[in-house]
Amino acid sequence: MPRAIAMVALGLVPASAHAHLVNTGLGPFYDGVSHFALTPEDILPALALALLAGMRGANAGRLTLFALPAAWFAGGLVGLALPTTSMTAALTATTVSFLVLGSLVAADARLRLKWIGGLAVAFGLVHGYFNGSAMAEARLGGLALVGIVLALCVTTTLAAALVVALRARWALIAVRVAGSWLAATGLLLVGWSLRAS
Amino acid sequence: MNFSRATARDYALHWRFILAFATLLAPTLAAAHVEAGRADGLLAGLHHPVSGLDHVLAMVSVGLWGAELGAPAIWLLPVTFPIAMAFGGMLGLIGVPLPGVEIGIALSAVALGVAVLTAWRPPLWIAAVIVGVFAIFHGHAHGTELPAGTSGLLYSIGFVVATGLLHATGIGIGTIHRWDWGKAMLRAAGAGVATSGAYFLWQALA
Repeated sequence: MPRAIAMVALGLVPASAHAHLVNTGLGPFYDGVSHFALTPEDILPALALALLAGMRGANAGRLTLFALPAAWFAGGLVGLALPTTSMTAALTATTVSFLVLGSLVAADARLRLKWIGGLAVAFGLVHGYFNGSAMAEARLGGLALVGIVLALCVTTTLAAALVVALRARWALIAVRVAGSWLAATGLLLVGWSLRAS
Repeated sequence: MNFSRATARDYALHWRFILAFATLLAPTLAAAHVEAGRADGLLAGLHHPVSGLDHVLAMVSVGLWGAELGAPAIWLLPVTFPIAMAFGGMLGLIGVPLPGVEIGIALSAVALGVAVLTAWRPPLWIAAVIVGVFAIFHGHAHGTELPAGTSGLLYSIGFVVATGLLHATGIGIGTIHRWDWGKAMLRAAGAGVATSGAYFLWQALA
């Protein structure tokens, strides 16, 4: 009986508290794909950037669909090598992304191509870094990061191409309204951050 | 007898094996799940703006008024409202007091109802300021009533999306403005909203 109790106790000993990313059971690549698809902190800013680029035309869209995933991947590699566990930094990055990108989409900001590229690189590096850190913590490795970046590439391409092809006035207004919702969410996140601190 | 002792020992081993196996299958307890509580936060956020009739009437009225005014107000007002509301929500979240919140919310229903009733056409910036100021009261009320333990991001997304969909509902209903009977219906709806607002105001002041 003491042996049985010892075995039960052993089974109930908690494992170390890892941050669990989405676990598909299909391996780290698909875990990465589903992590991106199911994480609003990542997919919404990426969509906003794609919308912003699409509103500025095909050239901006093409630049973004290469610059954003490349920067995301580079940031992810840095995150894998030098991970951070700071939730405050991640929340701040999410808040700034929502506020800045949402406001730019809502205002239909007429940014030059180099500014669009700069935004894609900056936000890609930051979000990639936090993704890489999460992958390192979850011990998923680089394959999950490849999954994230490929999902990002497909999402950015589809969203930017959709907006480039939009001609109806109401549809472009709908894109701007979506941007305003993102900016509003960012404002609320400022409140959440200040409340938490 | 030897047979029965052997059977008892076998049973004991058998049960130990089952227990050990079941123990291996038991889930560990301290796995920190990043995704925990997220759906709850989204649903809470979606539900909050539609949980009070005063909020619903005001937000639908913004869409109705925008539809009456036509472009660019039809999209400017629903863009202004969520951003100003989020600003109010932020003030509520960080504990900045705003006096007369319930009165402001009730007055918003009265003012927007009257605007729809009379098909008032002020300059665009005045319409935006009116909608924006009232949105701060609505946002502040939501910000101070947030349920504890929900995901901040998902709650915020749900909250903003639900508000936007209420505006879209108002705009959709407001498209009947193109017909004469539709204009009359919209004015009647405005009267209904203003009357409800007066009732909420009476309640807030009582």
